[in-house]
Amino acid sequence: MSANQEALEQHVPGTLKLFLWVWVALLAMTGLETLLAYEDMALLIMLTILMGLSVIKTGFILSYFMHLRFEKMGLFLMIVPALVFIICTILLVLYPDSMRLIHMRAL
Amino acid sequence: MAGVATWAGGQSPLAVDKKKLGMWLFLLSDSVTFSCLLIGYSYVRIASPDWPRPFEFYPAIVKATLLTVILLTSSLTMVLAVHAAHKGKRGTAVKFILLTMAGGLLFDVIHISEWINLIVNEHVTPFSNPWGSPLLGGSYFGLTGLHMLHVTIGLFYLGTIAWGFGRGKFSSTDVEVSGLYWHFVDLVWMFIFPLVYLINVAPK
Repeated sequence: MSANQEALEQHVPGTLKLFLWVWVALLAMTGLETLLAYEDMALLIMLTILMGLSVIKTGFILSYFMHLRFEKMGLFLMIVPALVFIICTILLVLYPDSMRLIHMRAL
Repeated sequence: MAGVATWAGGQSPLAVDKKKLGMWLFLLSDSVTFSCLLIGYSYVRIASPDWPRPFEFYPAIVKATLLTVILLTSSLTMVLAVHAAHKGKRGTAVKFILLTMAGGLLFDVIHISEWINLIVNEHVTPFSNPWGSPLLGGSYFGLTGLHMLHVTIGLFYLGTIAWGFGRGKFSSTDVEVSGLYWHFVDLVWMFIFPLVYLINVAPK
């Protein structure tokens, strides 16, 4: 068996208890999000908190369910920074422009 | 030839199986697809003054929350399947994959019932609705439709893996790779749920 094959067959750590706790945390955050939707607050603040919670949930799923936490840093760096960069770039262009249309209509 | 060593296979730069790497790269591209759709939807949502907010607590928000819980639980069973597969427990792994598939099927059934309610009772189509901007229907059915397609494809994928792994044709890595796909499908829903449903909760 080659050295590479041996390296690949090392099983990733993760216990049943860890997975269950992550699941409970994800469910709790979901409940929080649903409750938040019925709170009286400015749309922008609600949206920020909802997106913040979604990003945290993403972090949990990526790290523990998809094992990204226990993989080599190179794999993480391949996926996450590129995605963040793409999304931020698109948002940078479109987000301000969406406001423009509202202001135009108001005239 | 004398003195030439046999190549031992080299080092995979990220220490991952090539199928796993392939799946991660696919998920990266699929994430960009869904991001574009979600951002495009957000754009028209912000820019339209006549955007209706049709989702009542019952049935819409209750069902959507239930769908989220179902997907999260199916992700848990998938993790347990991969865990069992790595330990060599084939029967247990197959059982957990089948449980995951049951979750996915339940998701599809409930979601389709939601669609039928919207189309038949509420008269929402991708082209029109009785309340405001027609883009509501277009973006809703487009986003949730693409997601549901991913869930359904996932069901066939997981079914194949369960069948193959149970018979010893596939390895635990194959189960892990299918697990990555399933978690991705769950992840996308984590963004669809707040942006499509919770932001459009019907005002009091």
